[in-house]
Amino acid sequence: MKSRNELMQIIQKYDFALYDLMLYLDTHPNCRNAMQLYRKYRTKREEAVREYVKLYGPIQAIQSDAEKKWNWGKGPYPWEREAN
Amino acid sequence: MWMYEKKLQYPVKIKKPDPQMAQIIMSQLGGPDGELTASMRYLNQRYAMPTDKIKGLLTDIGTEELAHMEMVSAIIYQLTRDLSEKDIKKYGFDKYFVDHAGGIYPASAAGVPFTAAYFQTKGDAFADLTEDMAAEQKARATYDNILRLADDPDVIDPIRYLREREVVHFQRFGEATRMVQDMLDARNFYACNPSFDKTCGRNCKKKK
Repeated sequence: MKSRNELMQIIQKYDFALYDLMLYLDTHPNCRNAMQLYRKYRTKREEAVREYVKLYGPIQAIQSDAEKKWNWGKGPYPWEREAN
Repeated sequence: MWMYEKKLQYPVKIKKPDPQMAQIIMSQLGGPDGELTASMRYLNQRYAMPTDKIKGLLTDIGTEELAHMEMVSAIIYQLTRDLSEKDIKKYGFDKYFVDHAGGIYPASAAGVPFTAAYFQTKGDAFADLTEDMAAEQKARATYDNILRLADDPDVIDPIRYLREREVVHFQRFGEATRMVQDMLDARNFYACNPSFDKTCGRNCKKKK
């Protein structure tokens, strides 16, 4: 099982790739290569996020487990050492 | 981090331009009790909050204020479309127009540019949350003043929505203040700073 910080680093890596591709696609909306890369990293990102949310809790409020106890407010917060 | 969502929190659809109204509503974008200063206040204060719950609350309300900024900007944008030079002069919009034309710039209704001096981060949960409660009341009062001056139902509807959110935020900040009080020694809330002193409110029994 991957640790919280290990899994977060994987998500951050895919998120950065996706964000950078988004900026590139903003000015090159017809680039098929970039779109293919976007799809590839999006799939990988989705897998990593699913695993993270299941093991360590939500990244966005909408992913909260709203069944027994609301877990959105739980730390550590992103600016704290433990979260990095 | 933040990700943009391509939607407003509540719809804004104004059929009739009204540059005078736009200039009044401008204060809720870049004025002393506007949405920009609200967002910056909470998003900067949140780091020094003593509990996860309150860190989360300030993050979520600060984020909602960014969405309100966008709504106020959308109102100003729609109120200043298709203006003739004659209308710009007639409705007193010329003083804004000369510097910003049809663009959106955060300033008060009187034209004073936005400044971070409108808010404070005291690094003291009590002081900061008390400022936050006052800020929500001042923003609510500003929306009430706008509602006195507005007559277009297309403008009144989203302004009423924004006004109501101030009341909800005030309520939540009141609850957060209460949470901080409950952490502390009721005989002297000011004995230590829960945002700074490591054991303040967390270690009462040991301290004695």
